[in-house]
Amino acid sequence: MASQAQAVAAPALAVQPKLSRDDRIMRGFIVLVGVWMVIAVVLPLYFMLSKSLEDRAGDFVGLVNYAQYFSTPALFYSIGNSLTIAAISTVITISLAFIYAYALTRSCMAGKGAFRVVAMVPLLAPSLLPAISFVYLFGNQGIIKGLLGDNTIYGPIGIVMGEVFYTFPHALMILIVALATADGRLYEAAVSLRAGPVRTFFTVTLPGIKYGLISAVFVVFTLVITDFGIPKVIGGQYNVLATDIYKQVIGQQNFQMGAVVSVVLLIPAVLAFVADRIIQGKQTSALTSSSVAYAPKPRRSYDLAMTGYCALIGFLILGIIGMAAYASFVQFWPYNLNLVLKNYDFDVMDGGGWASFTNSLRLAAYTAVFGTAIIFTGAYMVEKARGFGAVRGAIQFLCILPMAVPGMVLGLAYIFFFNHPDNPLNFIYGTMAILVICTITHFYTVSHLTAITALKQMDREFESVSSSLKVPFYKTFTRVTVPVCLPAILDVSIYLFVNAMTTVSAVIFLYSTDTALASVAALNMDDAGDIAPAAAMCMMIFYAAATVRLLHVLVTRGLARRTQAWRAR
Amino acid sequence: MRPGAGQAGDTRKPFLRITDLTKMFGSFAALRDISLEIYEREFVCFLGPSGCGKTTLLRAIAGLDIQTSGRVEQAGNDISALPPSERDFGIVFQSYALFPNLTVKKNVAYGLVSRKTARATIEARVAELLALVGLPEQGDKYPAQLSGGQQQRVALARALATSPGLLLLDEPLSALDAKVRVHLRHEVKELQRKLGITTVMVTHDQEEALTMADRIVVMNQGVIEQVGTPLEIYRDPQTAFVADFIGTMNFVPGVVQGPGRVRVGQLDLNCEVDGLSQGAAVTVAVRPEDVLVPEGKSVSENAFDARVGDMEFLGSFFRADLEAEAMGGHGLRADLSINIVRRLNLNRGDMLPVALPGERIRVFPGQ
Repeated sequence: MASQAQAVAAPALAVQPKLSRDDRIMRGFIVLVGVWMVIAVVLPLYFMLSKSLEDRAGDFVGLVNYAQYFSTPALFYSIGNSLTIAAISTVITISLAFIYAYALTRSCMAGKGAFRVVAMVPLLAPSLLPAISFVYLFGNQGIIKGLLGDNTIYGPIGIVMGEVFYTFPHALMILIVALATADGRLYEAAVSLRAGPVRTFFTVTLPGIKYGLISAVFVVFTLVITDFGIPKVIGGQYNVLATDIYKQVIGQQNFQMGAVVSVVLLIPAVLAFVADRIIQGKQTSALTSSSVAYAPKPRRSYDLAMTGYCALIGFLILGIIGMAAYASFVQFWPYNLNLVLKNYDFDVMDGGGWASFTNSLRLAAYTAVFGTAIIFTGAYMVEKARGFGAVRGAIQFLCILPMAVPGMVLGLAYIFFFNHPDNPLNFIYGTMAILVICTITHFYTVSHLTAITALKQMDREFESVSSSLKVPFYKTFTRVTVPVCLPAILDVSIYLFVNAMTTVSAVIFLYSTDTALASVAALNMDDAGDIAPAAAMCMMIFYAAATVRLLHVLVTRGLARRTQAWRAR
Repeated sequence: MRPGAGQAGDTRKPFLRITDLTKMFGSFAALRDISLEIYEREFVCFLGPSGCGKTTLLRAIAGLDIQTSGRVEQAGNDISALPPSERDFGIVFQSYALFPNLTVKKNVAYGLVSRKTARATIEARVAELLALVGLPEQGDKYPAQLSGGQQQRVALARALATSPGLLLLDEPLSALDAKVRVHLRHEVKELQRKLGITTVMVTHDQEEALTMADRIVVMNQGVIEQVGTPLEIYRDPQTAFVADFIGTMNFVPGVVQGPGRVRVGQLDLNCEVDGLSQGAAVTVAVRPEDVLVPEGKSVSENAFDARVGDMEFLGSFFRADLEAEAMGGHGLRADLSINIVRRLNLNRGDMLPVALPGERIRVFPGQ
């Protein structure tokens, strides 16, 4: 047998499979997704990299700019600052979120549903909002300023506090999933072998959530190190990489140095991304069909302690939002605490007025509609096409690439690429279109992975059956794939909508007077000292995001009821 | 490998002809130089252990994973390179692959609607198909509301709806309970006979293949080991692999003594020794049910005494471990009827005269 195996090394007449119409259409789409990624990520990044190697006149100067960067303490100190802030924030966020997630999954406390909702509230606010709240709470005229003693909120303390608020739900979501998928039999085995709670924790619980925990660490670290809104509002003189890019580009119009800082910021983001990818690749499902879900048993004092902890965290989250909400109505902080609506009269202030809010709504709507359509269709083609393996693999890689690119870097790269006079796409510069493209791209990866996960749960033979019945793939796509994946599609669209509403980082470089956005307006008003209107604008963003989120919950529920018959198992 | 000698098949012209088909996955050959003919109205099973290439071969016939080299012809046309949508087949998968959000009726009508058939015609056809698979009342339910066996029937109806020339079944019964499987096995076979549709079924279950197929293609490690009717495959396995894979078989090492004689231990056995020269090391194979206990004084060939070891009660018979000194200590499993065990009052440790009928002994080269 073995000798026969080697005998067929050179096949006689290789078959060249003929492509069907379906194959050609699907491959066309896959190539389009690739073109999108090249135009929206690869080329802009390439232009940015080459910009960092040029002088102001545009001539190639090699690493001169980098040499200058590393010989300017005011600049390279930011690397240490960024890493310090990211490390401290990550440790605090992960610790807080871990206990919260543990309470939600491994205790019998009451009100789990409500606690879960409250913990997700920060997702609906731009990252500026906690920073503005902390200014009101701990700033020079803050109501509980005394709690900080002689320390100032304007600096690392404020940034870390803001980042913890902002990244808490991101860490929590990952940790809940990790902790929820536990095999109850392992715990029964541990008890029957007389392992104490501490030993059980270190031998069963921790190994089980290892990958989730590491993933959460990387996600939080990346979010913090790339965040711009919080350090901008509350960082004071404490410089970090993200604010340096802004200062170089907007403040000093030094685009080359902006590009250098961007490359420096890209490095930790890419490293974290690569490490996370490697670890995700190693993760295999610990749960099998024979696993028994872990069910916590009631323990009065433990459950009570957990309830107390979650109540405290929940109170802090709502308190921070509430502070901003309250401050947005105050006539003149802290001297006249009458509640008025004048801070919502955005049209009399710099920043873009109410138009910026409607622009944000438009951006969010376009991003949600077009983004979902493009991302889901693209994911479908990449996942379900026949053959074309090498190209599909390459496109898969391109689709997860945007996650490694910080928003500030992406935005700046867009200036270099799309504002280049020789770029035929130059005409979209300064329009709503570039904001939509940038935002879709910025949030592409998570949406793509959500879509892929949903598509992988579809029987992979649906397409085979369709082609055997001579039904074109797009009919199966619209009649079966989309309806079955509708929950995931709605998840993607709400994710895109909320992020488009709240994002500042990428779009800060790309808006024009006609396309000013609410989050940018809030930032600019805060910059100009109009902090109450900035809080008001943040609250408007929050209300819009919350409304759409609520709508999403209702639609999803209605959908679940309508499709109950065929989802039932 | 010798071509299958399907009695019914030879007179008809082949409907599906596979020539020198090879499928490579990287440097791994999943299929090597497969040549096979399947005749019209025939029910053929691809049988083999997992990883033998049977599903790969089915998917090559369907065009779902096209072969690296080699030809596939259907009804006289070369379809080697055609995509599935340009071939003529219906397919049923182990997972059923029913569209979960469509009712049973809409699933069955799925391939009809796109062919721009009149609505009334479609409805009549769907009703006819559902009656055919025995689910006339279930048309408005969703797949999730049906049992596994019912879902598989819907998948069958959907595959048959467009009246394809070829029906491909990829382990269609493997996901079902044992009872349902036996029942559906019979029904699928009846349906195929009634419709006269040429059918290829992939299975790893030999019982399924033996009961359903007109001809069985036994595969192993990417090649065809043997093609033949179930009886031929069972009675006359051409290779040691087939002998071992189908049914239960005793294997003992032996040496060819001369024409028609093989020595095992101190025993000379009469049996057919095609083309094997004297002194060649061989493997002697005999099925447990072919180990006979001679009745009365009738003289039997290849008779010897064996000691009874473990006796496993399997309901209608005992499977006994026998040990024969004459065979050089090699063990032999024998199926002994309840009658014999009772009449001889057999117990562990008893001596028992047995015989191996020469025409039931298979000899394979090598040990």
